[in-house]
Amino acid sequence: MSTSSPKLLSISSEWNFELLEAFDRELARIAKDFGLDTYPNQIEIITSEQMMDAYSSIGMPLNYNHWSFGKQFVETEQNYSRGRMGLAYEIVINSDPCIAYLMEENTLCMQALVIAHACYGHNSFFKGNYLFRTWTDASAIIDYLLFAKNYIRECEERHGVEEVEAILDSCHALMNYGVNRYKRPRPLTAAEERERQRSREAYMQQHLNELWNTIPKKEGPADAQQARYPVEPEENILYFIEKNAPLLESWQRELIRIVRKLAQYFYPQKQTQVMNEGWACFWHHTLLHQLYDEGRVDDGFMMEFLHSHSSVIYQPPFDHPHFSGINPYTLGYHMMQDIRRICENPTDEDREWFPQLAGSDWQASLDYAMRNFKDESFIQQYLSPKLIRDLKLFNIHDDAGLPVLKVKAIHNETGYQRIRETLAGQYNLGNREPNIQVYNVNIRGDRSLTLRHYMHNKQPLSSSSKEVLKHLHRLWGFDVRLESILPDGTVTKRYECPPSAELLEVICP
Amino acid sequence: MSYIIDRRLNAKKKSTVNRQRFLRRYKQHIKEAVDQAINDRSITDLERGGKVSIPRKDISEPIFHHGPGGITDRVYPGNREFAEGDEFKRPEQGGGGGSGQGKASNQGEGEDEFTFNISQDEFLDFMFEDLELPNLIRKELKDATSFETRRAGFSSHGSPDKLHIVRSLKAAYARRIALSGNRRDDIRALRKEIWALEKEAVTDDTTERLQALRAALLELEKSVKKLPFIDDFDLRYQNLVRLPIPSSKAVMICVMDVSGSMTQSIKDMAKRFFILLYLFLQRNYKQIELVFVRHHTLAKEVDEQEFFYSRETGGTIVSGALSLTADIIKSRYSPSEWNIYVAQASDGDNWDGDSSLCGDLLREKLLPLVQYFAYVEITTGPHQNLWYEYEGIKDQFSEQFAMQQITQPGDIYPVFRKLFEKRTEVNS
Repeated sequence: MSTSSPKLLSISSEWNFELLEAFDRELARIAKDFGLDTYPNQIEIITSEQMMDAYSSIGMPLNYNHWSFGKQFVETEQNYSRGRMGLAYEIVINSDPCIAYLMEENTLCMQALVIAHACYGHNSFFKGNYLFRTWTDASAIIDYLLFAKNYIRECEERHGVEEVEAILDSCHALMNYGVNRYKRPRPLTAAEERERQRSREAYMQQHLNELWNTIPKKEGPADAQQARYPVEPEENILYFIEKNAPLLESWQRELIRIVRKLAQYFYPQKQTQVMNEGWACFWHHTLLHQLYDEGRVDDGFMMEFLHSHSSVIYQPPFDHPHFSGINPYTLGYHMMQDIRRICENPTDEDREWFPQLAGSDWQASLDYAMRNFKDESFIQQYLSPKLIRDLKLFNIHDDAGLPVLKVKAIHNETGYQRIRETLAGQYNLGNREPNIQVYNVNIRGDRSLTLRHYMHNKQPLSSSSKEVLKHLHRLWGFDVRLESILPDGTVTKRYECPPSAELLEVICP
Repeated sequence: MSYIIDRRLNAKKKSTVNRQRFLRRYKQHIKEAVDQAINDRSITDLERGGKVSIPRKDISEPIFHHGPGGITDRVYPGNREFAEGDEFKRPEQGGGGGSGQGKASNQGEGEDEFTFNISQDEFLDFMFEDLELPNLIRKELKDATSFETRRAGFSSHGSPDKLHIVRSLKAAYARRIALSGNRRDDIRALRKEIWALEKEAVTDDTTERLQALRAALLELEKSVKKLPFIDDFDLRYQNLVRLPIPSSKAVMICVMDVSGSMTQSIKDMAKRFFILLYLFLQRNYKQIELVFVRHHTLAKEVDEQEFFYSRETGGTIVSGALSLTADIIKSRYSPSEWNIYVAQASDGDNWDGDSSLCGDLLREKLLPLVQYFAYVEITTGPHQNLWYEYEGIKDQFSEQFAMQQITQPGDIYPVFRKLFEKRTEVNS
């Protein structure tokens, strides 16, 4: 006689396709009850070898060919075969339908965990979060990649692999500077343009005063007042090059565009790592517990699940040999749980810090948080004193000008605010990556391109910048300069490619 | 709405193209590693791939990021001892104060080398490229052995065309016996009882009992019959295994001049020549023995390490080495059992009076015994007396004798050309 109750989905740890379907059906039902809105799922079972392939094509099911992906593959293969790293249990792709890769080696429990995590957690995040809604088109990405792969292959046939590779290398070097951070206004239609022009003319006509024309104009130094091009600094460097580089051929511009589009596609993921993983962990935890409460899985299943879950959200302390920064899974998961706790069982402290959350409906509040924030603002808004205490967070102030490091804040009354702000700032992409923008092109002279690095907290650029500049030079085709400037406008360092003798790294007083 | 798709049987090796591009891009580095490996390894040890290391800075993909310096404010977890306002000295780089965010591989500095493996095929490819081997030959050399399929008992898995009917039916029979054992015993017992009863006088009691027993018997026989006649489990297939075709044995005798005029670079070139011959022989023979004979004025049999890497000085007398070779063949490798290959490398120097002696030795003692004798002269200078002596032999024994002057690795291959041609003639 088997002791299992008929409600149990399975008592074995081996998975098969019927069981996966059963688990998926149950999880879908529960997720729907919790109000998760998802794309349809496409769950694909793959081998570890295929997982390594997926790793090395930035997780996408198909991608164009490039040596750097080969390098990634070689490295992954080496580490994996030496046992130095394990592979991820899953990869999930922001597409419609949402593609999730499951490894065949996983046990049934792991597969259920992964389905809950990826197919309902990440999936609903992709569909709901404002950054993904603004910047990515989930239904088009696979088709676009197919187009990109074929286009680049055709270019290789026509212009040679080396030519194409050189352009792609240069684009990859600038990939982080190929994204739009803000939506551009839609270009005006011809009719609107005409209408504008008419009204401008009418306005000018109204204010025309012949008398002013008789006053002589002041003669200024002509070149000092020369208008810059572009008029406003441009932060999307690849976009600027694609549109303005003088010597590029049209296929080269198209390659830049492809890299730019991919960078834009991954832009939301970089900014929502904590939230995305936190959301997915919160939901796999909640969904599987619900499954357990309903009696569909047994204790053994839950033990295995909790073991995996707790190793995923483990945060080693700062002095641990395995410490490598704050684990986004830990931070995100705890913040999500914390929001639920504040909604359901608020303390006085929570009422003071989160008056709008305390006592509200947790599902609605959590949903709101998921939809409308990115890591930076999410932490700024929702990191609670309790969590700061639980994780024992502290803030180290490192000023290269001083011989000592200073502990600016710890998990106490006076430190909460500062820790929250600093941690949020740590996830601000604008602080993490140097702020470099296209400043000027000498359009009447040697066509040289000048970039400006607006320094944040006096942080200098790393030594690899010179190499990046070479890539920029390849794309632009004429001299390229880069200036690091302080907020008060003084230039601290100049880079130039090709280097000219006198300007080579002059440090201005 | 979910679809579950099994992708495990999809095309593997999606990354092959990217990997090849990576290898092509760093060809120079890999070639150096292969060269190094050739010099380090023994001739017989080319059966595996190799490890290639490239300094990480050479393959890094640069991006703009912050360098050290300026003001950074970071949050760390797991505070134990710090209080607000504490100050302490900056830890050494790589300690707890290292940057938390970002993957270390992006930082580039202070990282070890980027190390990866190339397969044996790739290893040989890079080596052959150096030697300028034609593609067809490269392929032949890489396919080390040929196989034949032989029967090896029976297995429970296989394709239907390998089904062995008698064995399968035997197994089915055995299964039926095994599975019905208890019931057969019961049947036998019942039958006995029925017979016993039938012999007794007919009363109401016995008829009733007989009827009950017969019904039970019928029931049991029915259940025995329900056992399937044949089951998947019973099927037996002929098991076939692939065995390498045993070919006869070969011995390769390497003869090299180690007099003072042979520099290490000449020896390295000679080593490539010997490696190529070894690979070629390996393709054709299952068992190959290597014998190393080195000589200056005296000839001596040595091991591989000493052969390539110990330095001697002095004059050169080739005939000693040739007669030692002949002695070794006579005492240990009878031509009826062994295919004998001799490869000689030298810079062409020989003591004047010795060359004609060498010619005689070759003609009378060696060439009648050996399959092939290859001589390479590694020099850029004019030919010396040994070359002219050997040229005479070449005309006489064109089937067995090849000689070539080598100034760079690409020149080695022509020596083997004739050998390969001969092979294909025999094969076709």
